[in-house]
Amino acid sequence: MSAGIDLQNVCCDFGNFRAVDNANISIKPGEFFSFLGPSGCGKTTILRMISGFIEPTAGSIKIGGKDMKGQRPNQRPTALIFQNLALFPLMSIWENISFGLEVRGVDKATRRAKAEALLEMVDLPGAADKMVSQLSGGQKQRVAIARALAVEPAVMLLDEPLSALDLKLRQHMRAELRAIQKRTGVTFIYITHDQGEALAMSDRVGVMSQGRIQQVANPRDIYNNPVNGFVASFVGENNIFAGSVNTAAEGMAGFDTALGPFRARLGELAKGGNLKLYVRPEHTILSETAAAENSVPVTVSEVSFEGAFIAVHGKTASGQTIVAELRNDGSATVPEIGTARFAHFNAAHAAILPDSTVGA
Amino acid sequence: MSNMIRRYGAALTLLICLLTAFWLLMLVIMPNITLLESSFRPYLPVTEIGGPKDVYTAANYMKVFNGDVEVSPLGFTFHLPVHVLTFSLTIFYSVVVTLICFLLAYPLAYFMAKILNPRSLPTMFLLLFVPLWVSEVLRAFAWWIILALKGPLSWALVNLHIIDKEVRWITGYNGVMIGLVYTYVLFMIFPVFNAISSLDSNQIEAAEDLGAPWWRIHWRIVLPHAKPGIASGAVMVFMLSAGSLLVPSILGSTTSQWFTQTVQQWMLDALDWNTAAAYAFLLLIMCTLFVSVVMKIFRVKLSDIAN
Amino acid sequence: MYKLRQTLARVYAGAFVFYMLIPLVIMAAAAFNDNKTPSVVPWKGFTWKWFEALWADDRMWHAFQNTLLVALAVALISVIVGTAAAILINSVSGNLRSVLYGTMISTILIPGAVIGISTMIMWTKMGGALFGAEKPFPFIPGLHLSVLGQVSYIAAIVMLLVLARLQSFDQGLEEAALDLGATHGQVMRRILLPHLYPAIGAGAAVAFFQSIENFNVTQFTRGGADTLTVYVFSKVRSGITPTINALALMLICVTLALAIVYEIKRRRSASLEAAREAEARRAAALEEAVI
Repeated sequence: MSAGIDLQNVCCDFGNFRAVDNANISIKPGEFFSFLGPSGCGKTTILRMISGFIEPTAGSIKIGGKDMKGQRPNQRPTALIFQNLALFPLMSIWENISFGLEVRGVDKATRRAKAEALLEMVDLPGAADKMVSQLSGGQKQRVAIARALAVEPAVMLLDEPLSALDLKLRQHMRAELRAIQKRTGVTFIYITHDQGEALAMSDRVGVMSQGRIQQVANPRDIYNNPVNGFVASFVGENNIFAGSVNTAAEGMAGFDTALGPFRARLGELAKGGNLKLYVRPEHTILSETAAAENSVPVTVSEVSFEGAFIAVHGKTASGQTIVAELRNDGSATVPEIGTARFAHFNAAHAAILPDSTVGA
Repeated sequence: MSNMIRRYGAALTLLICLLTAFWLLMLVIMPNITLLESSFRPYLPVTEIGGPKDVYTAANYMKVFNGDVEVSPLGFTFHLPVHVLTFSLTIFYSVVVTLICFLLAYPLAYFMAKILNPRSLPTMFLLLFVPLWVSEVLRAFAWWIILALKGPLSWALVNLHIIDKEVRWITGYNGVMIGLVYTYVLFMIFPVFNAISSLDSNQIEAAEDLGAPWWRIHWRIVLPHAKPGIASGAVMVFMLSAGSLLVPSILGSTTSQWFTQTVQQWMLDALDWNTAAAYAFLLLIMCTLFVSVVMKIFRVKLSDIAN
Repeated sequence: MYKLRQTLARVYAGAFVFYMLIPLVIMAAAAFNDNKTPSVVPWKGFTWKWFEALWADDRMWHAFQNTLLVALAVALISVIVGTAAAILINSVSGNLRSVLYGTMISTILIPGAVIGISTMIMWTKMGGALFGAEKPFPFIPGLHLSVLGQVSYIAAIVMLLVLARLQSFDQGLEEAALDLGATHGQVMRRILLPHLYPAIGAGAAVAFFQSIENFNVTQFTRGGADTLTVYVFSKVRSGITPTINALALMLICVTLALAIVYEIKRRRSASLEAAREAEARRAAALEEAVI
């Protein structure tokens, strides 16, 4: 039923522009895999190459171990869910869902039964004879999923399908998509620029930038152990310090900056080049007294209330802003603007990473 | 093209290209090339076609300059070849018809676009479309009835004591002009209406707010905005008028002659197809020149006119 | 002052509609006047006899039949060719597109007489070149040449209508269908053409009426055959009776009836669509409440 996908040295050029550069990745059968990156990073091109709308310039794509070279979209065991869903507006819901069966010559009664069963599964019973324009955004979403599932694909490809929904519904549909994926066991390949979506739903995430895959890992590792500055910045906020490594041992390193010496984990790829120290605002602590290490005196310059947390901005003597996030659970006292504090962080929570991307 | 093959497959792409090629080559380009070629051939008996006399010549075009007539517009007297006169008068009266159509259509188009309640618009369109659906020949015929010497117009005016004797309305080019304006004014209304509709009413209100008088609002804001629509309407009305054969034939007087009628006489009465081709080609050139001039003056593209 | 201008505009619009419709009313009314020349004055009494005369006019019926056949043929060919051309224009870009598009729409601006003469000359000359003096069917004058001549510009009108509709088409639908396993033929039949049907239908109607109207092209290509327009024209020139008025009234009634039916259908489908959208909004509100 579900199949794995192997991309080997896949490249894609549009004229002089290299949209995808040497992508190597192996996606396991039944996995929920997300490609995450800003627009223009090549993630949609990868999706369109897997679905067969674009032929790779070089490299090979295998689905279930079978090379897909020369196979047209209608011959591949994939089903694509489009960004705008691309539901057929002139067909009823059940005709939409059973279209893939219709073109395979399945008889009407079977198609109808299958459509009803799929509607049941996506929690839309009784909608079979409605038209697309009668449905809400979330309902259309479900129909699109049912339509893709109807052809029993080995791989489902989803191109930012939730981007048209409003925030609340989007969060609700994340859970539902995940549940459907687990229920059907089909390999899901999900494209998004929303890191929250990718981290919340996926088994593994591939972060992309400028046509290159930067890092492939599970959501925790992507967030906690990013391999470079791009990944660290794309999936969350950071306080960033420029400097250079002086000593390194057992994965930890001393790091000299204009604000004094720091100590932090040394990233795997941090081997020469332009290195910076990254630490997340939620790992940055403000206290009235200086800490033993990684401590910088700051003056509180701005306090912004964000709901679940409070972001406190502190300015160092050199003018750099350091942000610390306090949880809004009453445990921390919020400092007044203008008061002096020490910003510090645990060396295990900070990482020294190359600030350039892979391949740049 | 590769995009097309990807979308529709090779077989369908080929079919689509063949159908379009049939239209453009067999129905448009080839006939016009043949027309041009024929216009340079002499009119010969069947037996001599392909013989030594069948050589290319501009003689057919030269026939335009045969047979002078005396004309005296504004007191000046000229001698003009009769077909040159017909040609010039056709252009002149077509331009006049175009101007009258614009003057009639502009206020109505503005009314429909900016004053009329949008909910009444479908009804208005329905009323205006009725004459458009009735064929041209019947519209000309309707005016033939109205303008007859003892017809309803004379009758009404006599009974209202506006005139005391029936009037012969169809003299000179009067009947032709009346018929052409009535028949083609709708082709001016719709493009001008479309153009004015797309003008943001706030612009008019802003101008009013700044104290502009109504005529200046039209001159400075509405008219410039409606320019593409006016160009499109002007081209349509001019082409249809200059190319009309029905209206000048039905509503023409003994002294009116339209260039298309001259072409028709060569083709169907004299059976001299080659000269007819030459004259038809002159008509085509005249129309092409007019379109180019209008496009230059109004600075619009051909694609704007088609819309 | 403002009010005055508004009132003037209304009066003008009223007068304009009057000007547009009164000739048709007079023409229609003359059909019932018992007077040998078609007119409403002097009124010599009400009669149905011109309708009876029309019914008995074989030449008119023959012309009517010809007109319908020509119009159907023109509508059919124009729709096929115009739709294909619109798809082609929509798929190409750059210079090729400009040249093709320019050639296509320039046909609308070619005078009918030129189209008629050029079509006539080309087909007969081609027949002469291929077969000598004894030319077979498509190469002789006749209504089939009228059809070809009319198609040459009516196809452009259809093309513009279909192209406008194509531009609102989401190419993603084609890709979605391909992705679900449809062949190119199935995509065309099930996805693209259904989307284009409203424009194709409108194109067919416009082509049909344009063809019925056509005089210039027909006049130069018809050979000896009559269409309704040619017939009416010859009647107006050579002694006319109010049978033509009876015919005109019937044509006006038919077109009006068609227009009203069309308008009713349009309103129905608009209200149906509005009801569907209202349902979608309700569903969205419900969804929000449930989450």
